[in-house]
Amino acid sequence: MTTASATAYRVVIGLETHVQLRTQSKMFCGCAADYANARPNTHVCPVCLGMPGVLPVINREAVNHTIRTGLALNCEIPDYAKFDRKNYAYPDLMKWYQISQYDLPLCINGHFDVDVDGATTRVGITRVHLEEDTARLTHVTAADGSPASLIDVNRSGAPLMEIVSEPDIQTPAEAMAYGEKLRALLRWIGVSTANMEDGALRIDANISVWPQGEPIGDVKVEVKNMNSFRALGRALAFEIERQTGRRERGEAIEQETRGWDETSGATRSQRTKEYAHDYRYFPEPDLPPLHITRERVDALRAALPRMPDQVAADLIQQGAPEADVAELVQDRPLTDYSLAVIGAGASAGEAVTWIVHEFRRALNAQPNKGAAIPISPAEIASLLTLRANGSVSSTMAGEVLDEMFATGKSAEEIVQARGPQISGQDELLSIARQVIQENPQAVQDYRDGKGRALQFLMGQVMRITRGKANPRAVSTLIRTQLDAES
Amino acid sequence: MSIDRSQVDHAAELARLELSDDERERLRGELGQILQAFEALNTLDTEHIPPTAQVIPLGNVERDDVVAGSLPLDAVLDNAPRVEDGQIRVPPVLDES
Repeated sequence: MTTASATAYRVVIGLETHVQLRTQSKMFCGCAADYANARPNTHVCPVCLGMPGVLPVINREAVNHTIRTGLALNCEIPDYAKFDRKNYAYPDLMKWYQISQYDLPLCINGHFDVDVDGATTRVGITRVHLEEDTARLTHVTAADGSPASLIDVNRSGAPLMEIVSEPDIQTPAEAMAYGEKLRALLRWIGVSTANMEDGALRIDANISVWPQGEPIGDVKVEVKNMNSFRALGRALAFEIERQTGRRERGEAIEQETRGWDETSGATRSQRTKEYAHDYRYFPEPDLPPLHITRERVDALRAALPRMPDQVAADLIQQGAPEADVAELVQDRPLTDYSLAVIGAGASAGEAVTWIVHEFRRALNAQPNKGAAIPISPAEIASLLTLRANGSVSSTMAGEVLDEMFATGKSAEEIVQARGPQISGQDELLSIARQVIQENPQAVQDYRDGKGRALQFLMGQVMRITRGKANPRAVSTLIRTQLDAES
Repeated sequence: MSIDRSQVDHAAELARLELSDDERERLRGELGQILQAFEALNTLDTEHIPPTAQVIPLGNVERDDVVAGSLPLDAVLDNAPRVEDGQIRVPPVLDES
């Protein structure tokens, strides 16, 4: 979908991203925060059940994770932060209020650079604050046949971070790029799994459309229920169409919350009369404020890894292709691994491309995903050296790698056991002649200057030798033969 | 300071309370008195007093991220109005989250 009148209207998008933090325990109590595989209501205590008289206590690691995120998003970390009560009556809150941060959040005034088609947009980060997640509701037909809502309190009180962007985003593509890059960053610094399918990353959007040249007003539409980046892009494209259409017909755009419906591919109004957004925030009396010392901020900053943007810039400067680097830095363990391979002597360009394509293929085929990579970076560097000096063909390098995963043997060992490459001139020569004879069309193409014909003929030789020929020797041999015959 | 019926109704709606006419009238009076008590604060000169969100002289009360255990399921569900399938059952609500 494209915007019908992209030139006549200006699109204003801001994103609110909720992130479940990776901690052992909940935000304000000692219940286990990992509820995903737990039976409903088994990770629950008087604090997260909202019993009267209980005392919440702030989880230090959750605060640290939030500050880490703020630093990674170039935020200021104010000296003083506090928690507030956000009051609303809905059965997903046991206390009928959520502990959140209102006017003095942990992180403010940051920015995040997002790339779309080679152009960089700087998206302001208004704030990053900390709050508690809510209980999970399911809507069912109960055993007695009547409709009911069931409450599982396990998720209630899990640490939840909210990242609020400035309305600096103008297209669905930018919003998707922001989301994807933010997910990679959160994983990179280790504060969250950021898996959208588990609800560890949830993105809501505020969007409005204004005639070009006219001032931007206050009215905006909040869009929720996007469960993937694709859904985010589609929901925003739909809203741009819908709001542009209303503007063109001279109809007003109402401030409202709309839910994305994946099946119908449309947003629908979620407005309900009794659900007024009147949160009556006030300072949380049970939680003393936080004085964030500069020592604490500096220590957290010093312990952060180098940011993906910096690592990517380095790799590109060392000759790695941009597209491969962009893909690599989505994955920090694999990036760290690649850096170690390069540190062990492989060239950056070769290592990154080979790891992103060949190595990752073999790694993903391993049965126990997520386990530590069983092959040392030095071993991979030596395989890449064998490949670079022609001792191993590209095809064979892949096979050697599979064998390294399967047997734990070194690249050298495997290559030796497979026997030497066929580089004996006589044997190769007869194979090359056979191939040339059998493929007159390719020979003609080669003579017509089509470079791919040589690749094809080489491939035929490699196929017959089952990858054991030295590619350079084969290439030289075929060319010599063809050039001599012409 | 007094408050009117519609303010009582609004507060009741936010709190999901159903009030009888008698209750609304009684609460209108009581809430008015509470607000009146707070009005007294406005007579104080606070020009040179820094704003505070806390009356307890404490800060940075944090705990280590350690799991301390939870309640048995029976105890969790003990106060639930209705229980179904190990969960707390409530009247159906539209999921707006």
